[in-house]
Amino acid sequence: MVNRSLISITDYSKEEYLRILDLAAEFEKNPNQNLLTNKLIATLFFEPSTRTRLSFETAVQRLGGRIIGFADASSSSVTKGETLKDTIKMVSNYVDMIIMRHPMEGAARYASEITNIPVVNAGDGANQHPSQTLLDLYSIRKTQGRLDGLNILMIGDLKYGRTVHSLLMAMSDFNPTFYFISPSELQMPSGYKMLLDRQGIRYVEDRDFLPFLPKADIIYMTRVQKERFSDPFEYEKVKNVYVLKNALLDSCKDTVKILHPLPRVNEIDPDVDENPKAYYFTQALNGVYVRQAIIASILGLK
Amino acid sequence: MKGDDKHLVVNAIENGTVIDHIPSTSLFAVISILQLEKLNSQMTFGVNLESKKLGSKAIIKVAGKYFENSELNKIALVAPQAKLNIIRNYQVVEKRVVEIPEDEISGIIKCPNPVCITNHEKITTKFHVLSRSDMTVRCNYCEKVINRTQIEIL
Ligand SMILES: [Zn+2]
Repeated sequence: MVNRSLISITDYSKEEYLRILDLAAEFEKNPNQNLLTNKLIATLFFEPSTRTRLSFETAVQRLGGRIIGFADASSSSVTKGETLKDTIKMVSNYVDMIIMRHPMEGAARYASEITNIPVVNAGDGANQHPSQTLLDLYSIRKTQGRLDGLNILMIGDLKYGRTVHSLLMAMSDFNPTFYFISPSELQMPSGYKMLLDRQGIRYVEDRDFLPFLPKADIIYMTRVQKERFSDPFEYEKVKNVYVLKNALLDSCKDTVKILHPLPRVNEIDPDVDENPKAYYFTQALNGVYVRQAIIASILGLK
Repeated sequence: MKGDDKHLVVNAIENGTVIDHIPSTSLFAVISILQLEKLNSQMTFGVNLESKKLGSKAIIKVAGKYFENSELNKIALVAPQAKLNIIRNYQVVEKRVVEIPEDEISGIIKCPNPVCITNHEKITTKFHVLSRSDMTVRCNYCEKVINRTQIEIL
């Protein structure tokens, strides 16, 4: 992994990302380690994402590294028409690693091809966001004690949800059973289902999640966004259907955990937050440990 | 040629290449992939010709020109059944079929994804061949998977 960019979850083998998870567990026990003394890291956010940027920057600071960069393209020379290539070439002269988010799909892959320093993709449009996938895996393993043979209930927008697609790909290595629950307009794309068919992985599709709650080890919630619907009437019909409420969770296993990539809108009622089954805020904290592990292993410091 | 002659008559070439069994709709794509517009050779194009196999086919004859296999294989994307006749001294000395490039296709296909970075910066496109039988490829950048019907030539 040393000096290798992380653009897509498929860039790493199963062994490699399990090693990241092990390393993240070390950082959880001992988050402040001065491994990045004299290292300078760029966080280039061509589109704003405060949550992801703060998580990465916390990871760098906890490791004792320093940061340059920008939080959105309007505060950078990008608005003056500078190409991505020129920005990457320039910044590469200054830093040891680039962490970047960009609205165009493939931007991070392209950046990794034109520079010799490692690039970490913090999201390229609707394409990839590998550190999110790794922190999801970390959260699942930590709460269930294993990754193998779990029942994963995915609820909401399964068509455009980048995080559920990447998680599906990564979990496919661990013999899961998937339950895909979505309105018919937002079903899991057939390409992913074909992939599961080929690997002999079981999955169930439905529009109603209630019957499947007792089976779930992990409930992965996503936002159902209005702009995804061609017919606004369809949105009005489903917007309050894919909502978890505390009263619904009694039928669940005691060990079930609810995950969400955040930010949420109304798909998880605030009355769930105090339930020990709610895990989304801890999940976000796990993101810092996982990002520490990614940075340290790419820079060869662990 | 007499007016009552219903057959298309194209003169045989002495030396050069004949590319037959091109789908009619792909003629201009083949011309552009092989950059024929840059050649000074004598060329004959036939299009919307009857074909049992394709329904409607096109044919290209280029005098005095032999192509590299790597060049010719690029047309497999739009004319997978194309047949090539290499002509020397009015004789067909070699017949060839085109082959879809093995693993990677550089700079021929345009990515159909409007938010792909290759449509916003000057980048040579690159596609990984996933399946040669139904011509499924994946963009190296945005990772979208597309098949033959969605392939657009740059
Ligand atoms: Zn693309």
